[in-house]
Amino acid sequence: MIQVEGLTKDYGARRAIDGLTFEAQQGEILGFLGPNGAGKTTTMRILTGYLPPTDGEARIAGFDVVSESLEVRRRVGYLPETVPLYPDMTVFDYLKFMADLRHLSDAEDRVFDTLEMVGLEERAEGYIANLSKGMRQRVGLAQALLHHPEVLILDEPTIGLDPAQVVEVRNIIREVGKERTVLLSTHILSEAQQLCDRVLIINNGRIVAEDSPENLQARLMGAERVLLRVRGEVEDLPEKISALQGVEEVSIKEDNALEFRFAPGMDVRPAVAKLAVENGFDLLEMRPLGMSLEEIFLQLTREDETPEERGA
Amino acid sequence: MRNIWIIARREYNHYFDSPLAYMVAFLLLVVLGIFFALNIVYYAQNVYAAFSSTPDAGIVTGPFAFMLVLSLPALTMRLLADEQRMGTMELLLTAPIRDWELVVGKWLGSFLFMLTIIAVTGIFPLILNQLTVPGIDLGQLFTSYLGIILVTASFLAVGVGISAMFKSQVAAFFATLVTFVVLWWMIGFPASVLPTGSAFFRYMDMKAHFYDSLITGVINLSDIVYYLSLTALGLFMGTTVIETRRW
Repeated sequence: MIQVEGLTKDYGARRAIDGLTFEAQQGEILGFLGPNGAGKTTTMRILTGYLPPTDGEARIAGFDVVSESLEVRRRVGYLPETVPLYPDMTVFDYLKFMADLRHLSDAEDRVFDTLEMVGLEERAEGYIANLSKGMRQRVGLAQALLHHPEVLILDEPTIGLDPAQVVEVRNIIREVGKERTVLLSTHILSEAQQLCDRVLIINNGRIVAEDSPENLQARLMGAERVLLRVRGEVEDLPEKISALQGVEEVSIKEDNALEFRFAPGMDVRPAVAKLAVENGFDLLEMRPLGMSLEEIFLQLTREDETPEERGA
Repeated sequence: MRNIWIIARREYNHYFDSPLAYMVAFLLLVVLGIFFALNIVYYAQNVYAAFSSTPDAGIVTGPFAFMLVLSLPALTMRLLADEQRMGTMELLLTAPIRDWELVVGKWLGSFLFMLTIIAVTGIFPLILNQLTVPGIDLGQLFTSYLGIILVTASFLAVGVGISAMFKSQVAAFFATLVTFVVLWWMIGFPASVLPTGSAFFRYMDMKAHFYDSLITGVINLSDIVYYLSLTALGLFMGTTVIETRRW
């Protein structure tokens, strides 16, 4: 449904994306994961026909995004990062305007159906200026869904929403993604894990990893890391912990905290807790350390640089 | 065509929700009304001394054209600048419409709004027609109003084109105002100073095509071509700016 080949975009001297190549099938939710400035938005803008690429080509539903831009735009629903809304219009008028621009024959019915889908049917006559951030996001999403697009492109769809709203928006995306192709960008790892069938990790305009979220996580988390904090000095605790079976590495962090890693499937936490207490330490805190996106990038870019991994 | 109409309709309706548009319309009509009333008083007092003919629609359209220079920048400034500021430009440029359809639609919306105001000013010649014997010159009424419509069309097109270049309405307003002043008052000036090329500058003089020709009851093809060309140029400029903004 989406085919991208060697896509490159320069802003003046700066290369925003560099030779991106990927595909997305129908009924697939493809996640675009990366830090700010990685090139996610630029890629999406090229796919939606807002920006032309410097080099390379991209096709959506078989149409070239540059030479057959209008055909592409008819088939794509797009939610930009800053939700494009007219605050002085009512929700209904705004969506009706968008439906008219897309020449939908049953525009009013479509608007009401879509509003129901995003749970805003009661605010149809309200002005957009008076809506909360979460509601605005849903109006933006409604605008992207109005014409039942074959491809849905969502740039950070859950950014700035409260947790309940995030769940709602994710449910909508999941629903839509059953039949249609969804390309969504996020910098939240857990979001990509929950929503996406496949994840592309992009950094500095290049794809550094591409896999299913499960595989990616397994690949990244060779071990599990736990932070441990006790009252007072840690003394000989690190040596004692590293003597336990399954513990791979113990290091002392600032503030007298200890960090230890153990092999997956060998949860040594109960043993560590017991050990600490039996040796007279006051156990203050013990929590698993998730791998932050930054660490993942560090790890991936490091992998990227080792020659034997480069072909993978 | 349909896309142009959809954009134009939204823009037209938007003017009726906008305090600024009401203010522009109000000031235009009030100032024209004052000019009109003063003219009526003047002609009434000098009716025996008057050696010329009775007043015609020129007492409305004359000051009207002048007012257009000062008021139209306020109507065009937000047309495309605001879309860029609010980020809705991304919405419009990724919708299945062509860039020129967007620009022409914006222009058409503002033009229809101005036509509505122009229609309202029709009440002044109507009153004048009642006050004078044997009534006003209908041919001159037609050509001077045609002139107003053409001047409006070309100013609005230039304004839309300039609005495409800015993100800020205020910047767009001043750039448009300066351009209008140059086109209306200044561009013809070199014609009287320069030894050569005066024909060119005389033709470029925007007000000459109105005050020396259309308002006097004369229709020259060259005047109509001038205003229509300026309109096309403004719309072309707007489209080009939007296209280059994508790069």
